[in-house]
Amino acid sequence: MTTHHRIDVSKVGDVTVVKFIDKKILDEASIQELGVELFGLVEQLNRKSILLNFTGVEFLSSAALGKLITLDRKVKAAKGRMKMCNIRPEIFEVFQITKLNKVFDIRKEEAEAIAAF
Amino acid sequence: MEHDAAAKQSHSDPGRDAWRREIDLPSERGASRLVTEDLLEQLGAHGWSPSDIFSIHLAAEEAIVNGIVHGNKLDPAKKVHVSCIVSRDLVRIEVTDDGAGFDPASVPDCTAEDRLTAPGGRGLLLMRSFMTRIEYNAKGNSVLLEKKLEPGES
Repeated sequence: MTTHHRIDVSKVGDVTVVKFIDKKILDEASIQELGVELFGLVEQLNRKSILLNFTGVEFLSSAALGKLITLDRKVKAAKGRMKMCNIRPEIFEVFQITKLNKVFDIRKEEAEAIAAF
Repeated sequence: MEHDAAAKQSHSDPGRDAWRREIDLPSERGASRLVTEDLLEQLGAHGWSPSDIFSIHLAAEEAIVNGIVHGNKLDPAKKVHVSCIVSRDLVRIEVTDDGAGFDPASVPDCTAEDRLTAPGGRGLLLMRSFMTRIEYNAKGNSVLLEKKLEPGES
C-alpha cells in the first residue's frame, strides 16, 4: 500500500489520474516529496499511462517544473505516456514561456485527455 | 541598496501610500513565505489584478529561492535581504544574498530546442518575462525586479 501526501491517485480504465493536494506548489520540501511520489508511480507501481490533472492548482514554481520534466523523462524511458489537463491560464502561460508546452502533451479537460491515450 | 540610484532615476516616487517592507530571511527552504504572504495581501489591497499578482508572486519566489539555494547555498550564517515597495502602479522588489554572485549572462537559454528539458534557467526566464524590469548588480548577488502597471490597465 502506497501512501501519498502530495497527490491523489485514481484510475480511469488503464489511465492513472493524478490530482494535486496543494493549491500552491512552491514549498521546496513539498516539491521534493511531490517528486518522490510522482516518480514512484512509474518506478515502483509501473504505471504506464499517467494523466496529471491540475484542477485546483493555482501556482507552481520552476522547481516544480523541474519535477514534471524529470517525471516526463522517466515515463518516456519506461515506454509509457503522460498527459496533462485542466491547467489554468496563468500556469499555461508559464508552460508557454518556458516552451514546455512543446514537451508536454497538454489537453483541455480530463475526458479529452483520457480519450487521447 | 546598490540599485537605488538607478531605480530613482527612471521612476517617480511610488508615493506615501505605498507599502514598504525590509526583511532579512534565513537561508532555509520555505523562508520566502515570511515576506510573500504579506506581499500578496498588499498587492491585492493596492488593486493589482489576480494575473499580475500571480506573475509578481512567481518572480519574487524565484528570486528569493535563487538567493537562498544558489546564492547562500543554504548556509545558516547567511541571510537573504528582501526589500519591497508596493503602490497602485509600481511594484519594486530587491533581493540580495550573501553569496559570491553569478553572471546572469552565463545561464544558458532553456528554450533552445536541445535544452528544453535541461535543468536550470527557467526561474530567470520567468522573472524576465513577468516583470517590466530586471537588473542584476555587477557582483551578481542582488537582483532588482520591477513591474509597472501599463497605461490603460486597471
